[in-house]
Order: sequence, then structure tokens, then C-alpha cells
Amino acid sequence: MKKMGFVLASTASLLMAGAAYATDVKIGVLNDRSGIYADIAGEGSVIAAQMAVEDFKATDKGINVSIVSADHQNKPDVGSNIARQWYDTENVDVIADVPTSSVALAVNEITKEKNKIFLASGPASSDLTGKACSPNTVHWTYDTWALANGTGSAMVAQGGDSWFFVTADYAFGHALERDTTAVVEASGGKVLGAVRHPFPGQDFSSFLLQAQGSGAKVVGLANAGGDTINAVKQASEFGITQGGQALAALLMFINDVHALGLEVAQGLVLTSAFYWDKNDQTREFSARFQERNAGQKPSMIEAGVYASVLHYLKAVEAVGDKDAAKVMAKMKEMPTEDPLFGKGTIRADGRKLHDMYLFRVKKPDQSKAPWDYFETVATIPADKAFRPLAEGGCSLVK
Amino acid sequence: MFELLGIPPQVLFGQLLLGLINGSFYAVLSLGLAVIFGLLNIINFTHGAQYMLGAFGAWMLLNYLGVGYWWAVFIVPPIVGVTGIVLERVLIRRLYHLDHLYGLLLTFGLALIIVGFFRQFFGVSGLPYPPPPLLNGGYNLGFMYLPNSRAWVIVASLIVCLATWFIIEKTRLGAYLRAATENPTMVGAFGINVPLLVTLTYGFGVALAGFAGVLAAPIYAVNPNMGADLIIVVFAVVVIGGMGSILGSILTGFGLGLIEGLTRVFYPEGSAVVIFVIMALVLLVKPAGLFGRSV
Amino acid sequence: MTTDTNPIAMAAITSVGAAGMPRHHLAIFAALFVFLVAAPFLLYPIFVMKVLCFALFACAFNLLLGFGGLLSFGHAAYFGMASYVSAHAAKVWGLTPELAIIAGTLVAAVLGLAIGSLAIRRHGIYFAMVTLAFAQMIYFFSLQAAFTGGEDGIQAVPRGHLFGLIDLRSSEVLYFFVLAIFFAGILLIYRIIHSPFGQVLKAIRENEPRAISLGYRVNRYKLAVFVLSATLAGVAGATKAIVFQLASLTDVYWTMSGEVVLMTLLGGMGTVFGPIVGAAVIVTMQNYLATFGDWVTIGQGIIFVVAVLSFREGIVGVLAKWIRKPL
Repeated sequence: MKKMGFVLASTASLLMAGAAYATDVKIGVLNDRSGIYADIAGEGSVIAAQMAVEDFKATDKGINVSIVSADHQNKPDVGSNIARQWYDTENVDVIADVPTSSVALAVNEITKEKNKIFLASGPASSDLTGKACSPNTVHWTYDTWALANGTGSAMVAQGGDSWFFVTADYAFGHALERDTTAVVEASGGKVLGAVRHPFPGQDFSSFLLQAQGSGAKVVGLANAGGDTINAVKQASEFGITQGGQALAALLMFINDVHALGLEVAQGLVLTSAFYWDKNDQTREFSARFQERNAGQKPSMIEAGVYASVLHYLKAVEAVGDKDAAKVMAKMKEMPTEDPLFGKGTIRADGRKLHDMYLFRVKKPDQSKAPWDYFETVATIPADKAFRPLAEGGCSLVK
Repeated sequence: MFELLGIPPQVLFGQLLLGLINGSFYAVLSLGLAVIFGLLNIINFTHGAQYMLGAFGAWMLLNYLGVGYWWAVFIVPPIVGVTGIVLERVLIRRLYHLDHLYGLLLTFGLALIIVGFFRQFFGVSGLPYPPPPLLNGGYNLGFMYLPNSRAWVIVASLIVCLATWFIIEKTRLGAYLRAATENPTMVGAFGINVPLLVTLTYGFGVALAGFAGVLAAPIYAVNPNMGADLIIVVFAVVVIGGMGSILGSILTGFGLGLIEGLTRVFYPEGSAVVIFVIMALVLLVKPAGLFGRSV
Repeated sequence: MTTDTNPIAMAAITSVGAAGMPRHHLAIFAALFVFLVAAPFLLYPIFVMKVLCFALFACAFNLLLGFGGLLSFGHAAYFGMASYVSAHAAKVWGLTPELAIIAGTLVAAVLGLAIGSLAIRRHGIYFAMVTLAFAQMIYFFSLQAAFTGGEDGIQAVPRGHLFGLIDLRSSEVLYFFVLAIFFAGILLIYRIIHSPFGQVLKAIRENEPRAISLGYRVNRYKLAVFVLSATLAGVAGATKAIVFQLASLTDVYWTMSGEVVLMTLLGGMGTVFGPIVGAAVIVTMQNYLATFGDWVTIGQGIIFVVAVLSFREGIVGVLAKWIRKPL
């Protein structure tokens, strides 16, 4: 399953005698390797970072990259401790991934203080490019605003104009509920009520029962990981969807669908930045990735780690130096291009812009192969997918 | 239709019924803990991990051997029980002459090890366990839709609880057991193999946890962490019922499930803590628990 | 915890009537001091500060368990709540670090008084359960209350200026501030253990009915040691919030209560220096095995099992046995 420990992606094979310069870059992949996000980030993100280094052929270009990884256990105290130690004592230049918003916010602070670079692929909180924005952070893959915007407006457009939320009772759940409520109301829908469940939760039956009793057309699940899996499973058990209510999982990954099975997950609508079966390039990458990651296709977070590391290395090559300010300026100046997200840009507030997709989970008989799970409902173009620059309240935006 | 404090009755009844289902799990788990505590004087912190083992047992039978749910209900609890017996023989046995608290610490350590291994090898996203065809579907009770799988949990746990109560209170074996709880030396003097009785009791208590795990598998995702937080709640149930009291733990299990259900209606966020509030109150007023002997 | 295998029994005997510090204790304190003064130049200062905070926490816990004979399974409540209050005071009220720590400590003391006065009426397992129940309530409060920031915790707490003068942003400067707190705490605990009050505590631990019959108001002593322990745990938690510039739910969760038991047990409960060693071992393990995912959990479990089965005196307890002197 999970491989342990220190991974040296490409050891400095200093055979390139006479190279004019060699930049040593150390990338720290910090994520959840044992908790509820271990299967959507975890070791897979480390593999993705390694693949980025290999595909970039960093050593040939005079950049010696080493990769370290650690488990932040979804706890801000553990995560900030590791980040600080990496920067202070292990000469880590970049931290990548960091799912779990609370930990990411802590790493964001420390990265700014130490003037290093944070490539955030895992976290959801849109505060990272809003009131907590930092000149040292790129928020790559998705955020709560994009999820709410994608799923919320699509559901209302399809006639789901009354909502009831089942919300995980912590900051991320509240943010997702708040952002989605705004989108639903702006699109002309209304919110009938919400219930907060303890985090993490096992038994959602009573909350689902309240959702059922509310008569809302859409039951919005503002939670993540194991909570969402359990809630979807139990919703199917209690006949929520059979009763005519639609279920909207506001944050769901392909691995969650895999865990649920199509029988239960079918018909769910979700917003994602990446799907392995999108085009030849994504399929090619995903096949290579799957081989190295115990048969799991990449999640959008892992895809984001690959793409962000690749872009970072390009910037280092272009600058010829790893100075954080210079590299960051280059990253924002250069348009991004990679096989997974296509062409894109990084905005002044650190937000990476690319298309987002609205997917529907296939029915079991529509799925032709393992991991053939999604059909595309809509493509949300990059300029509509993310929160407008002016609305975030980021201090970097003049 | 009348309304109670602004809550429509169908919501109220629905929540009470769901509370009863949760209560079934509390009852079976706390029963196992109570049986173990009664005879071994050990607070079995491993109970949550053993509950998880039950769910994984069912999952492994299905996925590795193709053995379905109904067989798992009968096969898995004895297997989990045997793993418990091994733990008792090899480790827990050595602590009987010491303070209770060492038993608590040992089983806490064992729980960390077991859960850690399962997390390492199975991840934590949870593994799906499809319910058997018979448990699909459900009944519309008017005030709510009751899935068969949940109705079965109530029935199965009631049967098991009553059978356990019967064995302990009404049979000869139970009489030995109760006597050994009171005075092991005396019972030993009558020619009864007390250490064996202790081992079997631990195995039985653990098997109950495994049984609850099998019941949980089709309802909740099979997840290494599934027992970790539940165990703390079940402790509270046992303490409220009175440590070692068989009937107490059964009644308290179902009763607290109902109270938790009510809390979900009136103050959902509080449902995670209401049992601890009750526990603190009960201990302060009636330290031996509602049904316990005084200590 | 009244078995004869317990090393505290020895401590009780030899330290009776010790007006000053036994020479070997003095030597250990001196060595510890020298080592800790040099430590930030040899090791990563933040790591050492973490060890110091947890060591103080474990020593505070040990005061209750090892010398008071009371196993609390809810000490995270005082540690965590103090950490929240201290972080809030420093960040939102803008207090200087020493005042923030005092604020956190006071809250822990009040909390200890409230919970302790209810809990000490119960014994053994029931005592442990009551403390656990209250700790769960505190956890619930921390999850719900607005000022704690839910699962984000309170982040970006300023380290500030000590007494409004000395800038603590440098980790080395902060280190000596933490070191001073640590030593003050440890010496206070040492003083308590070896005071007449400490002797009465040990008497109660060994034989409560006898202590009652000798005319001691047992519950007052128990409450006093409970409050002291909670307060010192509060000092540790409040300091940790300043060091890491963060207060989070981890510090109030029940696993934290379990961890401090592990530290104390591993180092040697009822010894003066044991909890320090236990905390150092556990924190080091967590720190250096972080890359190994679940193996940390498994490792902690194994340590628990081994410690309970064959090592009940703990590391320092075993050492004390070898040299036949209480440590």
C-alpha cells in the first residue's frame, strides 16, 4: 500500500561534469498519510511530485531535486511544527500539497514568515487567496468558492431551487455551506434549513431524516472524506434519492466514488478540477501513475501536485536560481502549461486559474471499465470558475 | 396534527427510532464491556478495536473467501472472540494481581496497535460492504422510512442481549460466573476452573464486540477508525449503567440511544456530548451507576 | 496504584526529613541545567521547547498520579484550555507573552478547582471516568465556542515582547524564556513533593483510611493537589501556545490525555525526573517518525504494552532501582 519514508526522487547524479551551475532544490510534500485524506493525497501526492521531477528531466537541466514527505495528521499543530522544522533545519525550499484547510492556513503563515514557497494543491479554503493570501503561496487545484459555484449554480439551473444542508460542524463545513448558500440565493434558489453534524461523524441517519422532512429538492452535503462517504451511503439506505430529493456532494473525490461503489454513488453531481479520462494526455499520465500507486487513479489533488511542481521547476529553470521572490514572480508571469490542466495562469493573489468541470457519477451499467465513473455535465471556463479577484479581499490586490 | 415544542411528531418518532438503533449498538458493546469488567475487573479499552475487527472480519470473508453476510454473522464473532482469548492468555492475564488502572493502560496500548495496523494496511477512506439482498429495501412506517438493515439491527441485538442476560442470570454456567465475580477463590475451591472461566468470559465479551462490528458493516463504512470514538461513548454507557451490571448496561444502552435521539431533534450539535453530561451527573449523584452495586 | 512494585514507595521513605536537596538530585538538576542551556546551540530550539512544554505537562500530571495516586484521564482539558486562553490573550487582547501565559494558567486553575472539587469525591476507575467526562465537555466547548476557531484553532499568535521589552521573535531568545518557565515549574513541583504537604499526599496515596483516621482532611489535600496539577498543566499549555504560535483542538482531545499518561508511565511515575525522560522519548519519537505514518501509533501502542507488562517502574524507576536511590 503506502510506501514509507524519505523518498529521494532523483539523487544528485553529479555525472554531468562541467555543468555550469547546479541548483539544489528540496521539495517537501506535506499531507495526510494516515487519516481521512490519506487515500486522496497521501503517498499518491509524493508519487505525483516524483513524476513531475522525472518528466521535467530536472537533473539534465542542472537542477538537483530531492523530495521529502511527512504526515501532518490533519492537525495544524503537527503540520506547522513540521513545516517550521523543514524550513529551519532541513533547507526545504518548497512545501507542496497540504490538504486540510486548517493545516494549510498554518503552513501559509510560516511560509510567508520564512520567505519560502507553498504550492497548495490539497486545501479547500478560499481564504488562502482571500483574507489570508500570501505572496509566497500558489493555490493550485480548487477551493470552496469554486466548488460551491460549480455545484450550486448547476443544481439550481437544473431546477434544484430549494436546499437543505447537512454540514460538518467545523470551519471548512461552515465555509462551504456559506459559499453555497450565497450561490444558491444569487441563482434564485432558497435555502430551507441546515443541520450541523459532529465531525467526524458515523451516523447520519437522523440528520438525513431532518433533510428528508424539510421537503427541500436538494440535500447539500457540506462535508468531506469519510463523512461524505457515510452520508451518501446512508442517504441511499434511507431512500432519499428514491424519494425525489437530489443529493449534492459539495466536495467529493474520485476515490470516494471508488469507495462507495457506483450502485450507491450513481447520479451524484460534483465539481472537480481534473478527471483522468479527459483526454489522451491525462489518460497517459494516469496510467503511469496508477502503476506506481497501487492501482489507484490520480485524484485532482494529486494531479495538482504534479502540475504545480512542474510549473515551479520550470520557473526555477527560467530564473536560474531558487530565490523565492524571483521564482514566485516568474511563476506568476509565465503562463502555465501541463498535460493535466492544460493552459492556465496564476493570478496576483496566488490563485491558479483553469477550467473546472461538473461531473455526474455514472450508473453501474454505463461504466465500461474500472474507474470509468464520471460523465461531464458542464465545463466551467477558467474566468468563471473562481472567485473574482476583487471580491476576495486579498491585500496583494491593489 | 399536534406539534411538540414546535417539532412535528413524525420527526420526533423518527429520531426516537433512530436513537433506538444507535442504542442497540451501545447495548451490545456495553454488554460486552460489562461482562468483562464484572469478572476480570478490566476496563477493556480494546473493545472499540475489536468491534472494528468484527466489521473487517465480515469484509474479509466477503472479499477474500466470498462468504456472505448471513454466514459472517455466525462465523465472525467466534473468530474475534478467539483473538481476544489469545490476548487474554498471553498479555492481560499477567495484570490480574495489579490495580485496575494497569489493565486500562494495557488495553489502551493494544487498541493503538490494532488500529494502527489496520490503518496502515487498509487506509482510512472506508471500505464498502454491500448489504445482503434481504436487507435491501425497507418499510414506510408513515412517520419515516425504516430500512430493513436498521430494523434487523434492533432485532438482532435484542435477541443477543436477552440471550446473554438469560445465560448469565438463569443458567448454571451463569451462576458459576456470578459466583466467581463475587469470590474467585471460593469458586475455585469448589473445583471449578476459574482461570478458564475468566478466559472464556473475556472471549465472549470480545465476541459481542465482534458481533456489533458485523452488524455495523453494511450500515457504516468499514473503517479502521470506526471504533475509536465509539469506545469512549460506550465507556460512558457502562459507567452510567453501573460497571459490571448486565441488565444495567443493556437498559442504559437502549435508553441513552433514545436520549441521544431526542438531543438530535432539539440541539443537534449537543448530541456528541449529552451522554458525557449524563455520565457526570449520574456519577455525582449515584457513584455506582444506575444499576450498579455500591463500591 | 498501591502495589509494592511502585518506585514511589522508595521515594517516600528516603526523602522523609530531607530539608535540602539530596546531593544526587542537586547534581542531576545541575547537569540538566547545563545541558538545556547548551541544547539550543546543538539541537533545533523549537524541538527542545516542545520537549520542555510536554515535560512540564507530564511532571504536572505526575504530581497528581505519581504522588497523589489519582489517575486523571482528562488532563488535556487544562492543558488545552490554557493554551486557547493564552493564544487568545496574546493575539486578540494584545497582552505581552508573560501576561498571556498567566491568563491561561489562571483559567486552568479555575477549571481544575471546579472539576476537581466534583471529581475527588470518587475513587479509582470512577475518578478517571469523571475526569474524562468533564474533559469531553471541555473539548465540546472548544469545538463550539467562537473564540477557539473550531478546527482551525487560533493561528498566527504573536510571540510578542517579554515584559513589553524583549523581542521573542528569535527562537533562541524565546528558548531561554521557556527554559526559565520550565525550571520554575519543575522546582516548584520538587518543592511540593518534598514539603510536609507532599508527605501527607503520599500517606493518603498509600493508605487513605489511615490518613483519615490520623485526622487529615483527605479531600482538601486531594483537591489541592488536583488544582496544583491542573494549574501547572495550564502553564505548560499556555507556554506551548506562545512557542508554536498556535492553539488547536489536538491539545484538548482525549488522545492528549492518553499521551501524557504514556509519557509519565514510560518515564516512571512517582519519580521526580521520570516524566521529563518520558516526554523527551515520546516527543522525539513523534518528531522523527512523522514520516512513517501509522507506525508512530503502533509504536506508541507497543511502548504502552511493554511498559505496563514489564516496565511498570518506567525508565527512571528502573535506573533508581539500580543505583538504589530515588530519582
